Amino acid sequence: MPNAQDSDTPLLDQLEEGPWPSFVTEIKRSAEKTEAAKDLLRQLERSYNDRIGHWKHGGIVGVKGYGGGVIGRYTDLPEEFPGVAEFHTLRVNMPAGWFYTSDKLRQLCDVWDKHGSGLTNMHGATGDIILLGAPTAALQPCFDDLAEIGFDLGGSGSDMRTPSCCVGPGRCEFACIDTLDLLHSITLEFQDELHRPMFPYKSKIKISGCPNDCVASVARSDFSIVGTWRDNIRINPDEVANYANSDLDIQAEVVNLCPTHCMSWDPAAKNLTIDDAECNRCMHCINVMPKALRVGKEKGATFLVGGKAPIVHGALLSWVIVPFMKVEPPYDEIKDLVRRIWEWWDENGRMRERLGELINRLGMRAFLKAVDLPPVPQMIRAPRANPYYFWDPEEVK
Amino acid sequence: MASRTDFGPPNYKEMLPPVIEKNYGQWLYHERVKPGVLKHVAESGDELYTVRVGSSRLVSTDWIRDVCAIADEFCGGHLRFTSRHNLEFLVSDPAKVEPLIAHLKANGFAVGGTGHAISNPVHTQGWIHCHTPATDASGIVKAVMDDLYEYFVDMKLPAYCRISLACCLNMCGAVHCSDVAILGIHRKPPHINHDIVRAKCEIPNVIAACPTGAIRPDPKNKTLTVNEEKCMYCGNCYTMCPGMPVADPVGDGVSIWVGGKISSARTPPKFSRLVIPFLPNNPPRWPEVTDAVRNIVETWASHAHKHERMGEWIDRIGWERFFTLANIPFSVQLIDDFTLASDTYRSTPTFKW
Ligand code: HEM
Ligand code: HEM
Ligand code: HEM
Ligand code: HEM
Ligand code: SF4
Ligand code: SF4
Ligand code: SF4
Ligand code: SF4
Repeated sequence: MPNAQDSDTPLLDQLEEGPWPSFVTEIKRSAEKTEAAKDLLRQLERSYNDRIGHWKHGGIVGVKGYGGGVIGRYTDLPEEFPGVAEFHTLRVNMPAGWFYTSDKLRQLCDVWDKHGSGLTNMHGATGDIILLGAPTAALQPCFDDLAEIGFDLGGSGSDMRTPSCCVGPGRCEFACIDTLDLLHSITLEFQDELHRPMFPYKSKIKISGCPNDCVASVARSDFSIVGTWRDNIRINPDEVANYANSDLDIQAEVVNLCPTHCMSWDPAAKNLTIDDAECNRCMHCINVMPKALRVGKEKGATFLVGGKAPIVHGALLSWVIVPFMKVEPPYDEIKDLVRRIWEWWDENGRMRERLGELINRLGMRAFLKAVDLPPVPQMIRAPRANPYYFWDPEEVK
Repeated sequence: MASRTDFGPPNYKEMLPPVIEKNYGQWLYHERVKPGVLKHVAESGDELYTVRVGSSRLVSTDWIRDVCAIADEFCGGHLRFTSRHNLEFLVSDPAKVEPLIAHLKANGFAVGGTGHAISNPVHTQGWIHCHTPATDASGIVKAVMDDLYEYFVDMKLPAYCRISLACCLNMCGAVHCSDVAILGIHRKPPHINHDIVRAKCEIPNVIAACPTGAIRPDPKNKTLTVNEEKCMYCGNCYTMCPGMPVADPVGDGVSIWVGGKISSARTPPKFSRLVIPFLPNNPPRWPEVTDAVRNIVETWASHAHKHERMGEWIDRIGWERFFTLANIPFSVQLIDDFTLASDTYRSTPTFKW
């Protein structure tokens, strides 16, 4: 621990104490090697004293051929902190599921040590690898070297943002769809949409293998693809009996918490039954008894749209528009649906209007008609409670 | 020569360890062996152990090289990250699990974040890299997790507990559906420096950037004005124009939201709700924030039933009871008056005192 009197950064030094991994230690490690990291640390100390940030936006920067993937950033105190006068971020598209080999990561480190501050986010909130802090002149050479080792840029601005997915069949027995393969396929299919902003605003696609939704797709994406199944939960009676003999209270912790009350438990016979027609596939029982219960065999996905953050007119969670669809390579049904929806949004959306807001403004009816989807009760929580339906003359015959 | 473009990310198939390649999509079940350790068993009988550690999200290339060396030693060079900034070592040889954990603990890694624990907080850039933050992100997360460390390395909570942080109301992290959300807020409109506006800013672009239409031109003085009643402190104008900084040491601080969830288990996804409208920025350790978060987590932990997430517990007991149990004062800022506000007002005389 540095002596407080000698240190330039007495406030930040306090964040090197305590058991949780310290980002200050990380900045200091890079600061041994790069002026950028050194001045980042000093500027952050200044922010801790001033209680405000010291960054400004200042013009678009990027690499040849792409409209996004780089976030421009400049200090508002360039005389004091010249090392971060230009401190831009590259968003680098991660491999599906964030799987790596150590060799691949070391190649990435070599490139970043050569061109940038040495600091990264593993990962940013959209899922990209964030390479944090390079001057304008380094961006193109850095991208060229990244391309050399097979890393492309992700999205930023009014484009398709880097899509992301859960670990899925890579490690999770709950996965109802091949999230990794679907993600990779979609990312390659929509490279133009990812790299060249041309939409009314950002557009996000996130894929989860089951309703546990480990990548928060329903909360965070315009297109949420969530795995599910249509047939019965598979029960292994021997493993049910093993759970009954463990300290799990099946009645209290599983059956009583089933939201649809479709389970029953006979403790004497150690017999668990599920009325599958009434199950809404919420995952609770499977989460608690993963050895005894498995998702069904007839698997596919629910497709939801419209999720967005509150800015400007309030946040939205995605809405079901296709209750069940098969998800199989080459995934044409999903890609076509995404394209049809983008087309409608592109044509009708105002500047900075997300898909969910446009559906709200023009109405779910107009949306369903435009993208040619049939209305079904699985789309709604409840039917309307007002009589103000504006009849189409076509319907009054 | 034009650069190669549009070739996409590395193929995940080249990143998978052999045990995953072999058992892809054939996993049968998993167990939580102990905090931070998962065991997945495939139909073939093969086993995969996952050892999870927290990271600070902001990491140096040195750190990446360190964890690569660990992966080389214990798991054939295979590792992955989670959507919550955790790092996972993927081990196929059971004999290496305990030595790996011992090595990690000896080198100061936080092993945990599985099951009924507080996992790594999702967070954003803050004073590290963004231009509109109302608070820092990494510093608060570090302070909160130092304080709640026992809940990361153990599985002693009633259910999952997800904490997230976003540093301004643009909310670039997934905070709005978290059990506990920490959100930076500005409380003052931008202070306009008219000289900079005149010298550096495209006034029509600045006006167009404001989502609430709060900015009006002032052609006589070749500058602009802000209708302060309409301003929602989003900082978009500052993005367009360096003469309109929105940050303010007194106006800026932190708000606390609770009860959100993402998964559909038992109950549908829920939004987090505002329970503490403002706490001051008090770096480097934000004691007001760490106290508030600990109080909320522990009030929930000591009252909730098993498997009951924060929001499910509050739905059962009622918000009025939440405020009495957590001993948090109620204030007018907590009553919604934005879009869809009246949805949150009570229309029945059935409530608790
Ligand atoms: C007017 C509104 C917004 C503005 C001006 C804005 C601005 C920014 C900026 C400047 C960054 C880069 C931070 C940095 O690295 O310096 C950023 C990051 C990001 N933004 Fe936004 N944003 C806005 C709205 C949103 C919304 C509504 C969402 C999501 C619903 C979002 C999601 C993200 C994500 C995920 C990141 C990456 C954050 C990280 O990993 O640290 N943003 N935003
Ligand atoms: C309680 C205050 C809230 C906070 C702090 C908050 C925060 C956030 C943040 C940080 C994101 C960005 C996620 C990302 O892409 O990484 C986000 C996205 C989102 N929020 Fe919220 N939110 C709040 C309230 C709400 C409300 C009330 C709703 C809905 C009525 C909502 C719905 C959404 C949706 C649908 C997204 C996904 C947006 C997207 O990907 O563009 N949020 N929220
Ligand atoms: C779907 C639309 C609606 C339907 C089908 C509906 C139907 C009814 C019916 C059947 C009654 C009982 C009449 C009686 O037997 O005396 C009633 C009463 C009433 N409705 Fe509606 N109504 C609707 C919408 C509304 C709306 C939008 C309002 C006001 C904003 C409203 C206000 C009232 C009031 C004040 C009463 C009298 C209640 C009472 O005397 O106890 N209704 N409505
Ligand atoms: C062009 C549209 C409408 C017309 C012509 C209309 C007409 C009327 C009339 C004639 C009355 C009875 C007044 C009286 O004799 O005391 C009435 C009462 C009422 N209207 Fe409307 N109305 C319209 C739209 C609406 C709408 C859109 C709403 C609600 C959203 C509404 C809600 C009510 C209510 C609550 C009452 C009082 C019911 C009661 O308590 O007796 N009306 N309206
Ligand atoms: S979303 Fe479902 S399938 Fe995907 S990792 Fe989470 S639990 Fe597994
Ligand atoms: S998945 Fe959910 S609804 Fe279906 S049986 Fe299990 S607990 Fe009940
Ligand atoms: S939440 Fe606000 S301050 Fe934080 S990174 Fe996003 S735009 Fe910047
Ligand atoms: S801070 Fe946002 S709402 Fe306020 S004037 Fe600027 S752009 Fe408009």
